[in-house]
Amino acid sequence: MRSKTRSAALAAICAGVLTLAACGGDDDSSDESGGETTITWWHNSNNEPGKGYYEQVAKDFEADHEGVKIEIQAMAHEDMVDKLAAAFQSGDIPDVYMERGGGELADHVEAGMVKDISDSASEEIDKIGGSVAGWQVDGQTYALPFSLGVVGFWYNTDLFEQAGITEPPTTLAEFNDAVDKLKDAGIEPVSVGAGDGWPAAHYWYYTALRQCSQDTLTTALTDMDFSDPCFVKAGETVEEILDMDPFNKGFLATKAQEGATSASGLLATGKVAMEMQGHWEPGVMQGLTDDGKGLGDKTGWFPFPAVDGGAGDPAAALGGGDAWAVSEEAPDEAVEFVKYLLSDDVQTGFAENDMGLPTNAAASGSVKDPALAGLLEFRDQAPFVQLYFDTALGESVGGALNSEIALLFAGEASPQDVVDAVQEAADEEK
Amino acid sequence: MTDEGIAVPAVPVHADLATRRTMRRVAPRPVGPRWRLRLEVALFVTPALALMAVFVAWPVVSAVRMSFYRWKGFGPMDDFVGWRNYQRVLSDEVFTDAVMHNFMIVIASVIVQLPLGLLLAMLLNRRIVGQGLLRTIVFVPYVVAEVIAGVVWFQLLQPQYGVIDHLIEMVGLTPPEQGFLGTPDLALPTVFVVLTWKYLGLAVLLFLAGLQSVPDELFEAAQLDGAGWWQAQRRIALPLLGPTIRTWLFLSMIGSIQCFDMVWVLTQGGPANATTTMATYLISEGTQRHNYGIAGAASVLLFVIGFVLALVYQVFVLRRDREVLR
Repeated sequence: MRSKTRSAALAAICAGVLTLAACGGDDDSSDESGGETTITWWHNSNNEPGKGYYEQVAKDFEADHEGVKIEIQAMAHEDMVDKLAAAFQSGDIPDVYMERGGGELADHVEAGMVKDISDSASEEIDKIGGSVAGWQVDGQTYALPFSLGVVGFWYNTDLFEQAGITEPPTTLAEFNDAVDKLKDAGIEPVSVGAGDGWPAAHYWYYTALRQCSQDTLTTALTDMDFSDPCFVKAGETVEEILDMDPFNKGFLATKAQEGATSASGLLATGKVAMEMQGHWEPGVMQGLTDDGKGLGDKTGWFPFPAVDGGAGDPAAALGGGDAWAVSEEAPDEAVEFVKYLLSDDVQTGFAENDMGLPTNAAASGSVKDPALAGLLEFRDQAPFVQLYFDTALGESVGGALNSEIALLFAGEASPQDVVDAVQEAADEEK
Repeated sequence: MTDEGIAVPAVPVHADLATRRTMRRVAPRPVGPRWRLRLEVALFVTPALALMAVFVAWPVVSAVRMSFYRWKGFGPMDDFVGWRNYQRVLSDEVFTDAVMHNFMIVIASVIVQLPLGLLLAMLLNRRIVGQGLLRTIVFVPYVVAEVIAGVVWFQLLQPQYGVIDHLIEMVGLTPPEQGFLGTPDLALPTVFVVLTWKYLGLAVLLFLAGLQSVPDELFEAAQLDGAGWWQAQRRIALPLLGPTIRTWLFLSMIGSIQCFDMVWVLTQGGPANATTTMATYLISEGTQRHNYGIAGAASVLLFVIGFVLALVYQVFVLRRDREVLR
């Protein structure tokens, strides 16, 4: 009897140990079993046609590369971001995954988790051109951007017409006129989701882009030194815009894109005339309207207006996108696969299926949507596309910058305060 | 453990005792079952202890550890910074403001929810038509999930398009230009109103339960002596409700210190950090900005503040109740 209990206890303890062991030891993904190389690939195109398209792309690659098997995990964007964060904590990273670039990527590189593909993908890097800069750390390239969008004003062409605006504004003065005309016509001019922080911060990024020269900006962002007076001027320009009183009522608490009363919702339902947002806006608006069309053919787009006296190029663009990165421990075939994802064929199909804005020039002509095509034209003519500052600076410094800009919007911080706050957070990082 | 296991003294002190002990020595308890008993206890307690260790103790320990490092959430945790994270948190105006907001919610709860809850409980304790229905109505908000309630209130409070602005306009007043949640000065009071709506039901429920235990005879006796309803409530119900009120105060205080969900849904701590709480601060520093060291320090501070408050309250307020019970 006694020995029975004892062995039962032993069994129970063993079971406990086994459970713990099973929790810890998740299978490594890039096993080479039976002469087969398995590549794990995480992406966020979990809806048709994107999901099916990527399955086909993987099959084509498998057909061309004997012994290679691609395991796809398609998930919703938010889920992917969460799962990636967990993967980085545990060190069990998928072979091919998405990087947003900037400070986040630099941290991953510093932790030795991302493969340097500067040499193995040099041809593709040359082809993509300057846009790849956001995914470079110390001159080395760690990911290939496959979709790159820019921020600009999305507007309702009908409401502009109603207010008697014939041409979208190109300078800040013209923008002011447009705001006045819309107000006179009883239309709320601009919506901004300042409650979420980043949509308001985009205004400061863009004014900084107009006030600072490319050199100043690039140096400031890499050296994390914001002492150049152009950054204070950026805040002053934001104040100038705020003085026009162009924003929707309650904009300080407005969310970016959740529901009909969010900034995107107000634009999609014709409650405001324009909103400054990224290239994803038409898709977001479609999701926020009952007919699933968003603004439909009333959708217009114009770039952020020029600012008088600024040292920045009025054609410079603020944007960002997604890039394919390969984890440090992934097999070499994963790099081949990423190169294949950037090929003319795959990028053209990517554009044809409205999955994003291709970075391979060969695919540019395949973007059908006229508003998006206009945006793409602006992007391709821009002297450079500056990565969103918060992405470029990393979550810590970027978060501090965004929250101080939110205070600027609330009238509780001065342009100098914004610069001080970002500098203080940056100094903590050094 | 009792004295069963202690060896018997060589010299018996008392005759009776000696006999008893001798008797026991004659028939000692077998060693086996005691060993088995311990094993059984271990067997039954271990799973619970293991769960506690993995899901309670370990996270607490790792948060404390995190608070002494600069760490971004991945890679090795090796950048030891000592008390620096604590210094940064305590000198951060956003955090000190957040602590202040937490205490403002604590104090406002006492000033607003306590009298309101008592009044409603006393009214609902009277025999009135639709008593059950009224009690349910008061309690319903407490049952609704916090996030759902938050989303509903967020929509009601929308400037311009929301129901509340509409109602205010119908009465002929002007709602705030930036909306209730978009005006820094109004945001915290607005959040507090929603919190009161949500948690008043709990106070009323507790007080009603407390009132049930007040014997009717006391009220009858008071009535015979010519006391009015109000006097009876003040002289009899209120003093006898003491322990219930003190328990509610404790729950309310701890809840206010940890306040997160409603604030996050309604304002995310904005506008202009007007509604931050300690919990929103550590979420925004930790999961959003990846300053896990700072978030760790903030969470330790939140723990210490909550713990000290709870302890002080136990010692100075709740002790009275325990003594009364004894």
